[in-house]
Amino acid sequence: MARMRRRKGVWGKYMVHLSVVLIVIVWTVPTFGILVSSFRGKDEISVSGWWTALTTSEHNVIGRAKSPSDAVEQDGKYVISGNLLSGKGYVTAFGVRIINPTEFKAGDTAELPGGGGTLTINRDGSYRLVSDTPFEGSTGRRIYYTAALPPSFTLANYEKVLTSEGIGQSFLNSLTVAVPATVIPILLAAYAAYALAWMRFPGRAVLLSVIVGLLVVPLQMSLIPLLKLYNGVGDFFGVPAKTYLGIWLAHTGFGLPLAIYLLRNYIAGLPNEIMESARVDGATDFEIFVRIVLPLSVPALASFAIFQFLWVWNDLLVAIVFLGNTEQQLVLTGRLRELLGSRGGDWEILTTSAFVSIMVPLAVFFSLQRYLVRGLLAGSVKGG
Amino acid sequence: MGHLISAAVTIVLGVGLAAAYFYAANKILDIIWPPRGPAVQAARNQKISATIRPWLFLGPALLFLGLYLVYPVIDSIRLSFFGRDGVNFVGFSNYVWAANDQQFRESIFNNILWLIVVPAFSTAFGLVIAYLTDRIWWGNIAKSMVFMPMAISFIGASVIWKFIYDYRGEDSPQIGLLNAIVQLFGGTPQAWITVPFWNNFFLMVILVWIQTGFAMVILSAALRGVPEETIEAAVIDGAKGRHIFFYIMVPQIWPTIAVVWTTITITVLKVFDIVIAMTNGQWNTQVLANMMYDWMFRGGGDFGRGATIAVVIMLAVVPIMIWNIRRLNAEQAER
Repeated sequence: MARMRRRKGVWGKYMVHLSVVLIVIVWTVPTFGILVSSFRGKDEISVSGWWTALTTSEHNVIGRAKSPSDAVEQDGKYVISGNLLSGKGYVTAFGVRIINPTEFKAGDTAELPGGGGTLTINRDGSYRLVSDTPFEGSTGRRIYYTAALPPSFTLANYEKVLTSEGIGQSFLNSLTVAVPATVIPILLAAYAAYALAWMRFPGRAVLLSVIVGLLVVPLQMSLIPLLKLYNGVGDFFGVPAKTYLGIWLAHTGFGLPLAIYLLRNYIAGLPNEIMESARVDGATDFEIFVRIVLPLSVPALASFAIFQFLWVWNDLLVAIVFLGNTEQQLVLTGRLRELLGSRGGDWEILTTSAFVSIMVPLAVFFSLQRYLVRGLLAGSVKGG
Repeated sequence: MGHLISAAVTIVLGVGLAAAYFYAANKILDIIWPPRGPAVQAARNQKISATIRPWLFLGPALLFLGLYLVYPVIDSIRLSFFGRDGVNFVGFSNYVWAANDQQFRESIFNNILWLIVVPAFSTAFGLVIAYLTDRIWWGNIAKSMVFMPMAISFIGASVIWKFIYDYRGEDSPQIGLLNAIVQLFGGTPQAWITVPFWNNFFLMVILVWIQTGFAMVILSAALRGVPEETIEAAVIDGAKGRHIFFYIMVPQIWPTIAVVWTTITITVLKVFDIVIAMTNGQWNTQVLANMMYDWMFRGGGDFGRGATIAVVIMLAVVPIMIWNIRRLNAEQAER
């Protein structure tokens, strides 16, 4: 009986490992798919799934022999020769009629239809057209063959999206939006959080309730009034309504409830004795805040900074409402959305662009995951 | 490059100004009401500055909160009773329009679907994965992999999943993973995101994929907080793994499950990026947030109708908002 239970225990343990492996595969494969695809050529992506990227792929190709004017006379016969491949891969089969493009194996010699001579194609792609009579016409003959291409990876997609598709510029634009929008709210929030945590004043409880309430206000509620306001301000001062300053301030406003809430929870948890002894020593609130609270709150500040950075970098809605879609203002998420519309089927462009856009958040995520988890557990409740 | 420099300048200026404000405001307070001098005077001064100082600390933050959140909420509610340009009062006619609008009804229906499916699956997956990964030595690595999509933008995730759902004609090789798998099992490939009703679920998968990691992290911490004695007692009474999980551990973390559920609910209500990227509301996938954006700019923008849809989203959030505030107050009372 005891042995049976133990065996079941071991079996159960394997099941746990196995299910977690499956879960991890399901959760990572989608991202892995675009990573692999971003290194594949356009032609490969469109004919075979990315999971075949490491295997040799076969393509049916219609090639063309050199034109009859290139024919040379050898031993009384007319010969056209050349190579179909550019050094990569090999030929597995070929045909002389479109209805049967894999009729002959590589290395075989095929009779051309209509008795116009013979065609030989070797595995390495070299071909020989031989005829007793001179070749006619001005263009080369069509040749149907199956080429097997070895796996190949390229950085060409990255080069292309970073330059001609504008992802490079958008990357800079995203950075321009995200960094100030992350830094500016921190100090404002820290002061407010300290006041809410350690200063006594009438209305403190109500204010805290309001901030927790604002934490979940949908962004949609803010859009129209702020758009009107920005347009009004722009008209009044004769400046554009869509500016980086506008979006920095907007993100600051939207990020503040979370910042204040997160920091207040942390600062309220600092030991009372430190504050008391500092007060006894005659330190003012300002000094306590700058000398004691701020340095001790660095982990909480880091947590918030990571949240805010990820949120701003990944945001689409605020960016497309408060920034224009000119080359100088279009952020990565906005660019990605435009590419989805204009380059719908060009997966080499889309996968590469998507990977460039998620590279920074992924790097932040993997290097600072600890702070992110800590921030989440501190009771952050802000979604996309 | 130019605006990167202006961004750097803004950071220095912004932080510098904020720091200068706090420093100067405090200094001025101390100069006007110095906490020195004759005892009575100093005490009175101290009392006055203690009343003012919190508001100096809170000032800038309150200004931002007021301008970017409180004022817009009030103004959005006001605008929902006005016409497209926000000038003519139209009473409830925007709401009447919404109630009779085919697309609005479709959005409500889809939003309800999203609200049921996404929080349920994200929380359930998160709970199970948290439980499983806590029992193996490489659990933290696994957790980090499941958590990773949290860092990916909704729009990036949409590209990732659109690639999975990709459809090529029936005779061509399928490059979308889903259709390749379907084909492997002898099924017929389909353009999944264009199949009405079911396409909603293909979009929801994306959000579940992103949010599960969040649920897992929170619930994993909660599971670890379950007192060891309760589990030991259950083991002594002969309970098996599954029973311990469902009858001993889960009931003890209900409050945390509720927090996770409501947090994901808020995210779902605001879902916009995924729909605009995948279908833009076509093929019966419209949701409120995307419809709101649409009306905000359609034909020069109908602010009245846009605001009305925003208010409807807000109304759905209000119960959770009240629940959160009551939870906070209960916590405060405990302290």
